[in-house]
Amino acid sequence: MQIAVSVNGTEYSRVIEPRLLLIHFIRDDLGLTGSHWGCDTSNCGACVVWLDDLPVKSCTVLAAMADGRRVLTVEGLERRGELDPVQQGFAHCHGLQCGFCTPGMMLTARWLLDRNPDPSEQEIREAISGQICRCTGYENIVRSVRWAAEHESAAADRDHHGLGDGSEGDDLA
Amino acid sequence: MSPVSDHLPNGPYGPVPRKEDARFVRGRGTFVDDIKLPGMLHGAVLRSPLAHARIVSIDTAAAEAHPSVEAVITGDMLAGRNLAWMPTLSADVQAVLATDKVRFQGQEVAFVVARDRYSARDAIELITVEYEPLPPVIDARTALDPDAAVIRDDLPGKADNRIFDWAAGDREATDAVFAAADVVVDCDMLYPRVHPAPLETCGVVADMDHVSGRLTVWATTQAPHAHRTLYALITGLPEHKIRVVSPDVGGGFGNKVPIYPGYLCAIVGSILTGRPVKWVEDRSENLMSTSFARDYHMHGEIAATRDGKILGLRAKVLADHGAFNGAAQPTKFPAGFFHIFTGSYDLQAAYCEVTGVYTNKAPGGVAYSCSFRITEAVYLVERMVDLLARELGMDAAGLRMQNLLRPEQFPYTCPTGWVYDSGDYPRALRAAMDLAGYEDLRREQTARRERGEYMGIGVSFFTEGVGAGPRKQMDILGLGMADGADLRIYPTGKAVLSVSCQTQGQGHETTFAQIVAAELGLSPDDVEVVHGDTDRTPFGLGTYGSRSTAVSGAAAVVAARKARERARIVAAAMMEVSADDLEWTEGAWRVRGDPEQAASIAAIAMAAHSGLDLPDGVEGHLDTETVYNPPNLTFPFGAYICVTDVDPGTGQVAVRRFIAVDDCGVRINPMIVEGQVHGGLADGIGMALMQAIAFDADGNCLGGSFMDYLLPSAVECPSWELGATVTPSPHHPIGAKGIGESATVGSPAAVVNSVIDALAPLGVRHADMPLTPAAVWSAIQGRPLRSDLAITD
Repeated sequence: MQIAVSVNGTEYSRVIEPRLLLIHFIRDDLGLTGSHWGCDTSNCGACVVWLDDLPVKSCTVLAAMADGRRVLTVEGLERRGELDPVQQGFAHCHGLQCGFCTPGMMLTARWLLDRNPDPSEQEIREAISGQICRCTGYENIVRSVRWAAEHESAAADRDHHGLGDGSEGDDLA
Repeated sequence: MSPVSDHLPNGPYGPVPRKEDARFVRGRGTFVDDIKLPGMLHGAVLRSPLAHARIVSIDTAAAEAHPSVEAVITGDMLAGRNLAWMPTLSADVQAVLATDKVRFQGQEVAFVVARDRYSARDAIELITVEYEPLPPVIDARTALDPDAAVIRDDLPGKADNRIFDWAAGDREATDAVFAAADVVVDCDMLYPRVHPAPLETCGVVADMDHVSGRLTVWATTQAPHAHRTLYALITGLPEHKIRVVSPDVGGGFGNKVPIYPGYLCAIVGSILTGRPVKWVEDRSENLMSTSFARDYHMHGEIAATRDGKILGLRAKVLADHGAFNGAAQPTKFPAGFFHIFTGSYDLQAAYCEVTGVYTNKAPGGVAYSCSFRITEAVYLVERMVDLLARELGMDAAGLRMQNLLRPEQFPYTCPTGWVYDSGDYPRALRAAMDLAGYEDLRREQTARRERGEYMGIGVSFFTEGVGAGPRKQMDILGLGMADGADLRIYPTGKAVLSVSCQTQGQGHETTFAQIVAAELGLSPDDVEVVHGDTDRTPFGLGTYGSRSTAVSGAAAVVAARKARERARIVAAAMMEVSADDLEWTEGAWRVRGDPEQAASIAAIAMAAHSGLDLPDGVEGHLDTETVYNPPNLTFPFGAYICVTDVDPGTGQVAVRRFIAVDDCGVRINPMIVEGQVHGGLADGIGMALMQAIAFDADGNCLGGSFMDYLLPSAVECPSWELGATVTPSPHHPIGAKGIGESATVGSPAAVVNSVIDALAPLGVRHADMPLTPAAVWSAIQGRPLRSDLAITD
């Protein structure tokens, strides 16, 4: 089957198997390997991307379900050469060690901060509670998100999904 | 408590941000599954559904007929190449693909190579295997029964499931101490089977180039050099034609030390097809077949005087190693470092016996940040000390303080022969108690108990032994555990350090740059660290057992100091003075008494490459190399306090606070050190409260996914409260000790001690990990659960 998906503002059109998982479509078909695959069962969140305006675990979403929709991955967080405050926060606060869970954590953090610009520690912990990090014990992830909350002004005009007009498409049929 | 910053030298040491993060926060790391080579094929493993069965037949015809399949590999095919079995890291053999029997659920039976990931999975479903089921041996406590099925009938003359009997310490002296003691306390306890479960599973891309004869293996390995040598030994390929690359690795924790059958199958697949073959296991494969940890059934005894002087310790252990003795540990002792079980206490005698057995479960035993069984040892002694405190009616922290080794006893030789390098244990425990407000917590506990609330305060103190290691005590398949370092200093004063260890998240690209920068008066930004590629780095045995800073870090220091001494000779020629008149201060060679006359490493490097008439002892540049043989382990230590609240109605445990004071000697990057501790503490919460790989009576693995094998999330973890003391290692060139595993080793006992302390008013004396709500509730009812087996009656 054929699908057309806007990923990080770029339109992609591909012929896929109906059973293809979104995580494999993103990684193997599009070559965007920042999103990771960790558990198959929606428990670890290494595969979290945004589908339209919601974080989803792309290991349990079919690529076909993304047809006509917008996807945001870690590769889309950086804007005009400037890191998102969330990305800066993770680097500044040692919010990552091996880096495998990091993209999913940052995408959930971005979603949280867009809705709650000043989250408490507990709100941050609950927001990422569907995701696993094996390295950091979560402490510095929480600090990273708080850091981002406190440094948001520089990115106030951010528009993560607004570029999906096809103008940057590289292979639109 | 002494703040870390008081003990840090000036200069490049300190909490500098990590170089690695620039790529990771952009999603630009390169993990094994990110590698995509032209013409690359994909492998999938067919696994046994049964724990113990004879293979009657394997029919691969339908799989071979699948239009996308390029090769199907079976054990018989491998046997034709003498590859059906491979050596383990513990002097046993393990089946690559089963030929005679399957010996655990999830064992590798066949391997399919196909043109895409999904087709490979489709094709393994087309293979038909006929099994003749055999009685499985699941409960380690029955493995040595006379009527137990013999699992390893592949071993000549093997008539039972015994792997080894081993003992350490002085039995007679220990018996005498126990016979004379006022008080003896004993307890049976299980350290259940757990799995490290790095977030990235294990995988490989193998690329055999038949024209050049070169095999390149990108793998999730913590020990690329050891893997290269092992591949040469197993396959017969010449070692200089093998390159192993460990790219970015998504966590290791010991899970990625061994060679797994899938790696060899991918290599064989590439040899057969002439194309690159990728194999990446899924989560269930990771949890069910790769190296697990612990599974120690322990009986501990502790002897003391009535006034609380600990005299002796005895332990008898039944060790479940699974179907093959694949324990990934380099020591010359079958139970690893377990006999450091006297811990942090000044006692007179100790003796332990360990019996290892085969069962129909996945192989392994040593993994998961355990420092080669020190985790089990610390858990045993820290539970026993708590039980003794309870018996004597003494405070858990007070009894420890009374018996801790004193600073003047170091270097200290423990009753089983380990020589602890340095320590100030009472200072660390007092620091933790101060940070916790220990006395106030005890008062609060008393008040809450009067209100019928169950609050626990758990204490643990641990001594680690890391930095494997001295050749007299350890090797891997005969390979000594030295680590190499090569340092190149370019004419413009920039440096490239190549080290034999690699990183799975520890931040070596940053820490090791800081080490070299501090020695040479450079900025860490001027030092690039190369690791994880056997073609680009000197030989060494890898990253596990908290050995990187302790061994490779020392190698980096030695290499840098060699370069600095060579620079001194060049500097003397540059400034036309005697080398003896120079001193290294403030990052440069300076003329004594005239410090303005100075030469930096950058200036000296350029001069060394220039037309300067070179003095004797300098061949043209400052590049150096070294091999570091650690003279001893380093012995980090720490004091942990865990505060829990337990709901007796549901058995639910909430960890309210966790205080951790770690002493790992000099801290190069305290931010990274604290991050290592944070992660280990979360592991401790997980093991103590949530994680276990259990089995049913048929050998079905009950922890085969993250739905069943529960890992702690952010809501189970409190905000960690850390402190530090700094007692430098006297034999490490910069006084550093390892830190990676300290918290995993030390924290489970603190959590369990806390929960048992909370339940003390209910008469609960002990319950085994994981202390799930069901386990806690059952313990309260006086019917403790057995956590390694499903209830079958």
